[in-house]
Amino acid sequence: MFLVVLLLVTGLGTATFRHNAYRIPLLPGTQQTVWQVEARVEYFADGGSTQVLLTLPPEQRGFRSINESSASSGFGFELSTHGGQQRAHWTKRNASGEQVLYYKLELVQDAGYRVPAEEPKSEPSRAWDEPYLTAALQVLQAEIPESADEKSLAQQLTRQMNRERLDQNLSLLLDKYSEPELLHDLLNTAGASARAVQVLELQDGRRRQSLKEFVQVWQDGEWHLIDPSRGLVTDDRQLLLWQTTTPAVLEVLGGTNSGVTFSMISQSRSAAALTSERAPGYDISLYSLPIAEQGMFKLIMLLPVGALVVVLMRVLVGLKTSGTFMPVLIALAFLQTELVPGLVSFILVVSLGLTIRSYLSDLNLLLVARIATLVILVIGIITVFSVLSYQFGFNAGLTITFFPMIILAWTIERMSITWEEAGPQEVLLQGGGSLLVATLAFLVMDQEITRHLAFNFPELHFCVLAVILLLGRYTGYRLLELHRFAVFKK
Amino acid sequence: MSREWVSPRTLHRLGILGMNQRNVDFISRYNSRDRFPLVDDKLRTKLIAEKAKLNVPKLLHVVRTQHQIEEIQHDLIKLNEFVVKPAQGSGGKGILVIIDQNENGFTKSSGDVLDLNDIKRHLSNTLSGLHSLGGKPDVAIIETLVRVSPLFSHISHEGVPDIRLIVFRGYPVMGMLRLATHASDGKANLHQGAVGVGLDIGTGRAIAAVQNNKLVTTHPDTGGDLTNISVPDWPKLLNLAARCYEVTQLGYLGCDIVIDQDKGPLLLELNARPGLSIQIANDEGLLPRLRQVEQLEDYYVTVEDRVDFSMRTFSHYSVDQLELPYQTDGKSQGGTIT
Repeated sequence: MFLVVLLLVTGLGTATFRHNAYRIPLLPGTQQTVWQVEARVEYFADGGSTQVLLTLPPEQRGFRSINESSASSGFGFELSTHGGQQRAHWTKRNASGEQVLYYKLELVQDAGYRVPAEEPKSEPSRAWDEPYLTAALQVLQAEIPESADEKSLAQQLTRQMNRERLDQNLSLLLDKYSEPELLHDLLNTAGASARAVQVLELQDGRRRQSLKEFVQVWQDGEWHLIDPSRGLVTDDRQLLLWQTTTPAVLEVLGGTNSGVTFSMISQSRSAAALTSERAPGYDISLYSLPIAEQGMFKLIMLLPVGALVVVLMRVLVGLKTSGTFMPVLIALAFLQTELVPGLVSFILVVSLGLTIRSYLSDLNLLLVARIATLVILVIGIITVFSVLSYQFGFNAGLTITFFPMIILAWTIERMSITWEEAGPQEVLLQGGGSLLVATLAFLVMDQEITRHLAFNFPELHFCVLAVILLLGRYTGYRLLELHRFAVFKK
Repeated sequence: MSREWVSPRTLHRLGILGMNQRNVDFISRYNSRDRFPLVDDKLRTKLIAEKAKLNVPKLLHVVRTQHQIEEIQHDLIKLNEFVVKPAQGSGGKGILVIIDQNENGFTKSSGDVLDLNDIKRHLSNTLSGLHSLGGKPDVAIIETLVRVSPLFSHISHEGVPDIRLIVFRGYPVMGMLRLATHASDGKANLHQGAVGVGLDIGTGRAIAAVQNNKLVTTHPDTGGDLTNISVPDWPKLLNLAARCYEVTQLGYLGCDIVIDQDKGPLLLELNARPGLSIQIANDEGLLPRLRQVEQLEDYYVTVEDRVDFSMRTFSHYSVDQLELPYQTDGKSQGGTIT
C-alpha cells in the first residue's frame, strides 16, 4: 500500500514539476508549425578557385530559427556578416563542372516571436531623368493628397499600378522600371522610408521556388510589407524575409550559370518537443535521442498503457484471451495498420493459418518444428496477401506486414490446441476476447492525449504501475462472474 | 437479461468465492510456489503419495526414454489391463486405457483393438511431448486400471466418475462428483458440459446435480438417477483427501479421487488451482467454510480430527444423523472456533 502511494506521488509529483518548470504542456493540442527550408545553389564552376556567397534570412518577427546546416562536399563553409545580414560563404580551391550546394534552415512559425525592427538607413532617393521625373512627380502629386500616411500612400500607389487601364504617367514609368523598383523609388521620392526586399513564400511541399521582390515601407517604428502586385500585406505569417539589403542574394565567383532555388516542407510538432529542446536536463531525456529512436520509444512507452488495459479486462471483467499479453502486441500492430484493416487482416491470417494448421496436426510434429512451420506459413500468407492486395489496389493490405509474425504463429498454435481440446466455441470465445481487448487497448493507445502523456511524461508510468499493483490485490468479483454465477440468483 | 446476471451483493451475501479472491486470498497466500511442481507433474504426485502410503492406482512402469519402450514391451505383454498417462498431460489428453489383452492385441476402453506397435508409438509420442501442456518433452506413466465401482455404473459414461474435494489447510471443505458426458467428450470439466453432483461433506450424499449451470436429475446419457447417489467409503475418502495436505503442504488444494471396486478410494490427481464450479454443484459458496477453517487454531491437529470437524461442521445433516467414524463425543474435534 505504501508502495502504491509512493509510486503515485512520485509519478504525479515529477509530472507536475516538469510541467511547471519546463513548460511541457499537459495537453497535446498546442502544435506548432516548423518549416524546413532548403536553399539549393547550382552553378557551373570554371575550374579554378571558386567562392559562393548566399545571403541568409535575417532575424525577423514571426519566425524563430531552431536549426541550420549546410551540405556541400569538398567546400569550405563559414558564416559571415555583410551589410547587417548573415551570409553563407562556401569556398573551394579547385572546382570544375556542375556544383550543387545546400543550405538548410529550420524555423518555428511563432506569431509571438518579436525582434527589434531595424531602423531605416537614409538612402539617397533616385535621381530621376526626364521625362520620368515629371511623370513621377505628377503621380505623387495626384496620390499624396489622397493618402494619410506612408502605408496608405504605398497602398494607393500599388492600386494605381495594378489598374487595368494605367495612368499615362505610370505606364511611361513602368516601361522603364519594374513594379517593385518603381514603388520603392516613388515612396522614397515622396519622402517615405522604403526598401526593396526579397521574400520567400512558404507553401508546404513546394520545390524549386524562387524569391519574390517585395517592398517595405517604414511607419510607426515598423516595416510594413507591400506586395507590388497586391498591395499592403496583412497576413505575413507565411512570408519569410530573405534579403533586406541591396546586394544580390547569390554571388558566385569562378563560376557561371548560377542560380538558387528553394524547397520547403512544414511539419507539425508538438510544442512540447520544441520547448523541451531548451529545457534543462534535455541531454538525459528521451528528447535527446535521435529521431528514429524517439519514434520507437513513442511506441514502447505505450506498452504499459496496453498492459494496463489487459489487466483491467482480466481482473475486472474476466475476459479470456489467447495468450495473456498477445492483445497488446496486436494493438501495437493496429497502431500501424489502423483498426479496420488491422482487424480484417488479423482475422484473415489467423483463420487461414488455423485451416492449414489442422492439416499439420496429422503430421504429429514436435512443438518447435510445428511453430517454425507456422512461422513460415504466416510469412507465406502475409506475402501472398500483400501481393494480391497490391495487385487489386488495396494499399491497406500492405500494412499487414506490421503484425508480429512470431506472435501470429503462436496465436494460431494456441488456438488450434484450444480447438482440439475445448472445441471451436472456446476458440471463438478466446479469439473474440483477444480481439476485443486488443481493440480496446488500441483505442486507448491511439488517443492523442495518451501518446502525448506517455512520451512526454514518462514518469506517469509510475502511476500506471501503481494502478496495476492495486488491481493485482483486487479480490472483488469479475464482471463475467456475475453471469457465470447467475444460478445463485434466487 | 435479468436472469442472466446476478448482483455482486447477492454473490457476496452467499459467500461465493470469485476468481480474483481465490487467487489473491487463497492460492497465493496458502500455496507456496515451490510446491506447485509436486502437483503439476502426476509422476511426482504419485511418488510422494506412495511414499506417504496414500492409496493411488499402482504405478507399474515409468517410461522416461525412448529406449525404455523397447525394454518394457515384454512386461506390457504380460499385463491384461493398464492405463498409460503423460505425467504432464492436461484435460485427459493422451490417456490410453487398455481393458483386455488377448491374441488379437490390446483392447481399448472404447472397444478398438491395438497391437503392440500402436502402444509403443503412443508411448513414443507421449515422451516427445505430443500430449503435454506446451509440448514439453514428457514422461509416460503406466499404472493399474481403475475399475468403476458397480454403484456408479449407472451414471458412468466414457470414463470413471471422479470426486473433487477442496481441501483447505487440511480440512475437506466441499466436494462434488464429476460425471463425464457425451457432451463433455469424456472429460470431467464442468464448463465443457460434464455433470457436477454436489456432495454433502458429512455423508457423501448428493445435494444437487448441474450440467451447464442447469439443475438435472438424471444423467443425460445413461438416464441414471442423480438424486439418490451416496458415495461409498466416504470417511475413508475424506481421510485420503485430508492427508494430501501433509504430503504437499499446499493449503488450498483440489483432490481428485476415484473409487475402485476392489481397492476403494484412490487418489488420482492433485490440483493447486482448483476451479470454482464446485460452488454451483453444491448450490453454496465456499467463502463461509473457508473463513471458518481460517479461524481455527491449527496446531497438532490430526487428520482424523480434521475430517471429524469437517463432517460435523459442513454437513447439511444434523450431527446425530451422521455416522462419525472417529470421535463421537465431539470433545477433541478439529480445533475450536476462536
